[in-house]
Amino acid sequence: MAGRTLYDKIWDLHTVDILPTGQTQLFVGLHLIHEITTAPAFDMLREKGFDVAFPERTFATVDHIVPTDVRTRPFLDVQAEELIQVLEKNVGEFGIDFFGLDSDRQGIVHVIGPQLGLTQPGITLACGDSHTSTHGAFGTLAFGIGTSQVRDVLATQTLAIDRLKVRRINVNGALPPGVYAKDVILNIIRKLGVSGGKGFAYEYGGAVLDRMSMEERMTVCNMSIEGGALVGYVNPDATTFEFLRGREFVPKGAAFDRAVAYWKSVASDAGARYDDVVDLEAANIEPTVTWGINPGQAVGVSEKLPRPEEFSDPDGARKAYEHMGWNPGAPILGTPINVAFVGSCTNSRLSDLRAAAKIAQGKRVAPGIRALVVPGSAEVKTLAEKEGLHKIFTAAGFEWREAGCSMCLAMNPDRLQGREVCASSSNRNFIGRQGSPGGRTLLMSPAMVAAAALNGKVVDVREYLA
Amino acid sequence: MSNESKITRVAGRAIVVRGNDIDTDRIIPARYLKEATFARMGDYPFFDERFDAAGKLKPHPFNDPKYKGASVLFVNKNFGCGSSREHAPQALYRFGIHAVVGESFAAIFAGNCVMIGMPTVTVGEHEIEALMRLSESRPETSFALDIEAKKLTYDGKSIPVDMPETYRKALVDGSWDSTGMLRANLDKVRATAAKLPYMSDFKA
Repeated sequence: MAGRTLYDKIWDLHTVDILPTGQTQLFVGLHLIHEITTAPAFDMLREKGFDVAFPERTFATVDHIVPTDVRTRPFLDVQAEELIQVLEKNVGEFGIDFFGLDSDRQGIVHVIGPQLGLTQPGITLACGDSHTSTHGAFGTLAFGIGTSQVRDVLATQTLAIDRLKVRRINVNGALPPGVYAKDVILNIIRKLGVSGGKGFAYEYGGAVLDRMSMEERMTVCNMSIEGGALVGYVNPDATTFEFLRGREFVPKGAAFDRAVAYWKSVASDAGARYDDVVDLEAANIEPTVTWGINPGQAVGVSEKLPRPEEFSDPDGARKAYEHMGWNPGAPILGTPINVAFVGSCTNSRLSDLRAAAKIAQGKRVAPGIRALVVPGSAEVKTLAEKEGLHKIFTAAGFEWREAGCSMCLAMNPDRLQGREVCASSSNRNFIGRQGSPGGRTLLMSPAMVAAAALNGKVVDVREYLA
Repeated sequence: MSNESKITRVAGRAIVVRGNDIDTDRIIPARYLKEATFARMGDYPFFDERFDAAGKLKPHPFNDPKYKGASVLFVNKNFGCGSSREHAPQALYRFGIHAVVGESFAAIFAGNCVMIGMPTVTVGEHEIEALMRLSESRPETSFALDIEAKKLTYDGKSIPVDMPETYRKALVDGSWDSTGMLRANLDKVRATAAKLPYMSDFKA
């Protein structure tokens, strides 16, 4: 018998029934919610007269709309204040644990799940947010869902969902200095395309993933959806188990050993059958920067901007150039920036802040550049301050903020103005994404963002590491 | 399921939005997600492409009087990529779009569309180009999408369209509004949960 993948094993363990539509009714082990995509879901529950089936399996926090400078209530933004009040009312009424602004567990939903040990191997996880794939780093089947599906999970702890195929992506060799997890995933998306993952779960592996820390694996899995894959994951291993040991929601003592035995059992078998296999050589990956309006439009920092004719969709590339205002054939190196943003569920964990601080230490942000560091959670902020990272950043002229999604999608006051160009450690360079319809986003690793902030333009971070 | 929830047919004129990889941030900018209900989403589809900073109209198919009242949307590849915001299909639906025909759709977007009873169906590159040209040149053309038979009829002819069979069944059976169907299985849900070791915190 052919070996099974982690995807197959977890799927089968969580299958409740095959529905009349042919979809699977899949049990959801952990449901995470935030303030943005949930309010109408609770309204629909009330309309239908349903309760929350497993309230102890849902946890809530606030991240998208929270100001990262002054967080006193009521918020200046009346709509944001109303939305947070609606969430507070809903979690109170339905008996759901809530990590609010005053909690030391508050933070970006995809940062706090792993940090608290709620995210574990061998579970299914759903959240009304497309970057839920982040949790796949733990060998979790994690689905980003819409509001009506949030309603279904609240009312039944299940989803009506179709099975995916599995594509194994091997990243072989070792990453050169100055090349980070962010560069790995940007290159996977560049190679396979922004819709290449449609219908697939991505299983990431190979020597590079094996050696990565959990935080690096989370960065890779986070952007699976940017490659069109609803689900991305890494098989759990000793790195996973050691990360989880001792965390708040992780079992202790003999129960931990039993948990590890279960976690090991869900990993893909050595002879697992995949629907597709792709190989990437780490040695060929450079520090990478997006130049266009989707995350697949990226180049190595030493490359020149491609010609539209080089793409299968030249019109799409022309539209990107029209918005960004660059010329094909120009170098990406030296592109001027106005704003630098270190943060988001992709790159706001302690190791990301350390990487950026290493570049910023003893230097100054270039004149006229607005530079922000936004930790992914209250805990990340505390840990970073214990190490003195905040002092490195503020001495260099970066603003040191409170935890939240911030300028990744600009639902709080942190946003671009006019045609500003932002060097950003976030995940999306879509038109208007960072809050200004004319704004422009260059995605890159946190170290590259820090280097861009110091120079006021795109530079090669490897110069700082030589 | 009740009869009114069965969705077997969408008919009407079509509106054309060209381009691949149109993301949900473009379909509805994030600032409108601060509203606590979907009630006003119909005012916002493609907002930043339709209005300048002063609120003045920009050229966009959703502003073009020739498409006014259209209920079918023609798009290209990977439509609806990016954020999982259901506000995107809600905005289109509440604007008056009740079916989307395109080359391909992003996974979460297509799933969200089914969940609100809006079919997304696919046709080939040449077919969508012909459909787009037809509606651009003769916007009064009427289209009838038969979800049961997976075909699109216009100008006295029919072409096949495709969609996942599970989505087709959910729409024509009326089980796209899935909570009731899932909730009827709560005993089985509890039985499945009881077998998962983590549900009892790995107690021996």
